[in-house]
Amino acid sequence: MSAPLVEVAAISRTYTMRSGMFGRSSAVHALDGVSLSIRKGETLGLVGESGSGKSTTGRIVLGLEPPDAGEVRFGGKSMAAPGTPEWRVQRARMQMIFQDPLGALDRRLPVADQIREPLDVHGLGTGAEREARVQELLRSVELNPQHGRRYPGALSGGQRQRIVLARALATKPDFLVCDEPVSALDVSIQAQVVNLLADLQAELALTMLFISHDLRVVRQISNVVAVMYLGRIVETGCADDLFARPEHPYTQALVSASPAPGRRSAGRIVLSGDPPNPAARPSGCAFHPRCPRAISRCATELPALSSIASDRQVACHLVSGSQAQSQDAA
Amino acid sequence: MSPLVSIEALSVVFNGVPVLHGVDLSVRKGEAVGLVGESGSGKSVTWLAALGLLPRHARVSGSVRLDGREILGAPAATLDQVRGGRVAMIFQDPASALNPVLTIRRQLCEALALHRDLSGDALKAEARRLLDLVGIPDAARRLSAYPHEFSGGQVQRIMIAMALAGNPDLLIADEPTTALDATIQAQILELLSSVRRELGMAMVLISHDLGVVAENCDRVAVMYAGRIVEQAPAVALFDDPWHPYAQGLIGALPPLDGPRRRLAAIPGTVPDPSKMPAGCGFAPRCALAVEQCGISAPSLAPLGDARTVACVRAEASRRALLGIAAE
Repeated sequence: MSAPLVEVAAISRTYTMRSGMFGRSSAVHALDGVSLSIRKGETLGLVGESGSGKSTTGRIVLGLEPPDAGEVRFGGKSMAAPGTPEWRVQRARMQMIFQDPLGALDRRLPVADQIREPLDVHGLGTGAEREARVQELLRSVELNPQHGRRYPGALSGGQRQRIVLARALATKPDFLVCDEPVSALDVSIQAQVVNLLADLQAELALTMLFISHDLRVVRQISNVVAVMYLGRIVETGCADDLFARPEHPYTQALVSASPAPGRRSAGRIVLSGDPPNPAARPSGCAFHPRCPRAISRCATELPALSSIASDRQVACHLVSGSQAQSQDAA
Repeated sequence: MSPLVSIEALSVVFNGVPVLHGVDLSVRKGEAVGLVGESGSGKSVTWLAALGLLPRHARVSGSVRLDGREILGAPAATLDQVRGGRVAMIFQDPASALNPVLTIRRQLCEALALHRDLSGDALKAEARRLLDLVGIPDAARRLSAYPHEFSGGQVQRIMIAMALAGNPDLLIADEPTTALDATIQAQILELLSSVRRELGMAMVLISHDLGVVAENCDRVAVMYAGRIVEQAPAVALFDDPWHPYAQGLIGALPPLDGPRRRLAAIPGTVPDPSKMPAGCGFAPRCALAVEQCGISAPSLAPLGDARTVACVRAEASRRALLGIAAE
C-alpha cells in the first residue's frame, strides 16, 4: 500500500443564494466535512445525484475554489495559495477533464495546437520536443496525426474527449480529476474511452478522482468508491464490494435503481419524495425523509462516518454497530 | 390480433440525405415496445415521422397505420385527433415542453378541452384527478402553481398527466428519464408502468439505456444507422443477442456485479448519414463482416422464436458469442 497522494481533510463549502433580486439570501451547504484520501496510483470514484457536492469536491481538490473550512494536501504538502509560483508547480502536476469536450476546446484552433498549449504555458522542452510530445500524446489516445490537424467541430464526441485527455496528460500530471468524462457519450464510444482511461491510468501510474453519477462506469474504473448525499459522504468502500453489498440505505436504493438488462424490476427500492435540495437540508441524517428504514434518532442526530469493516465506512445509525469506532474527522 | 400501430417501410430523407431506411415496426394493444440505439440511429425520427411531426422539408415515405387506417400524410384534422388523442408523446426535457408563464391548471385544462368533451367544473375535476393519478401530492392546491415551482421529476409527472389527458391508446416516451437522477428515474419508470397497467395503454419507450428498456418493455427493437437490426422479446434479446451490433452494445455496458472485465468496445464510430457505407451500415465496425455485407443491406428476417435479425452473419455471430457470457 502506497502513501496517499491526495488528502482531503474535513472540507466544507457554503454558497449564498438569493431568490430573486430582493429576496433574502440563504446558505447552501454544498459540502459539509468531507474527508477523502487517494493513494498514489489509485482511482477514487465519487458517486451521487445532482446537488450531492461531487463536482464541488473536485473543484476544491484542484484548487479552483477555496474551501470554507478544512484543507487539501497534495503529496503531503498543503495546497499553496492560488497564483503563487509554488501553486503553479503543484497545479502542473494535476489536471482535469469535464463532461463537455466541445466546451473545453477552442473551436478555432486545430486540436494539436491545443494539446501543445500546456507545454508552452509551463515552458516544457524545446519546440521540436513539444512537437514530438504532441504526436506521442495523440498516439497514446489512439488518434493519428491527421486527427491533430482537424478542428474540434470536425471530430466526433469520443474523439474530442480523447483530445481533451491528451491535453490533460501533456504535462505528465500525477493526478487527474475526471468530472463525468463519459456521460455525454454513446455506450459503444463510452466503452472505448473507459478502456483508454483504464489503460493510461495503469501505464502512467496516474492517481485519479473520478466523478460520475453512473455506478457502472465508476465501478469499472475505480479502486475505492465514495457515495455522497447532500454534501456528505455516506459510504465508502472497495469498488467491487460496495455495489455488491451496499450497507447504507441510500447506496442500496442507488444500486437498486440502476437498471440492468436481464433483471426485471422485482424488489426494486423506489424512494419516495423529492430529490434532495441543498438549500433546505433536513436535520439529523439528511437522507432520513426519504429513507425507508429511518427511526426517530435519524431526524435529530447526524450519524458519523464509522468503520464497519476493514475497508468500509458507513454513516448510518442503523448500520454502525455499537463496537464501531467513530472515524469522523470532526 | 391486429396491431394497434403498424409501420411499414418508413423512410425519411432530410435535404437529400436519407436518415431512415425502411423501418418496419408494429405495436400491439397494451404492449410495451422498447426502441434502443445510439444518437442518430433514428429512434426518435421514426416516431416523429410516423406522427407527421417532422419539418416540411423532410421527405417521408412508407406507411403508418393506426387500427388499420393510414395516417401518414393524412389531413391535418385527422392528425389532430390522433396526436394527443389516440397517441401521446412525452420527451426528455419536460421543462421546455411546458409554458413557464401559465399555471399547471391552465395547461392541463387546455389539453383536456382539446381532446375530451369537458367544460367548467368537470374539466377542473378531471385535471385534479390526473395530477392525483401521476402522484403529485396535494393536487388541488398544486394546480395553481407554475412549472418552475416543481422539481424535474414532478414536471415529468405533469407531462405524463397531460399526455394522459386524451385517454391515449399509445404513449410514446422519448428518453423520459434521461435528464433525471437515478432515484427519480426509478420513480418515473414505476409510475409509467403502473399507469400502463391501470389504463391498459400501449407504450413505446425510446432510450439509449439498455437497462431501462430491458426492465420496462415486453419487446425490444435495436436500431443502428436508420434501420432496425434486431427485434425480439426483451428477455431473449438481452440474454442472447444475435446481431453483432446488439451484442456489441450489451458487451460495452460495464457490469455492476461479478468480476470486472475489460469492456468489449465497438471500434470506430457511427457512420455519417451523408456517407453511409453501401450494404450493411454496421459492416465497417463489425468483426464478422464478409464481402457480402458491403454489397447489399440485409433485411430483417425471422430467426428463432418471435425474433427478427438483419444480418447475414447472424448464425456465425451467435456461435461466436456462445461461451462468452451474454451479460
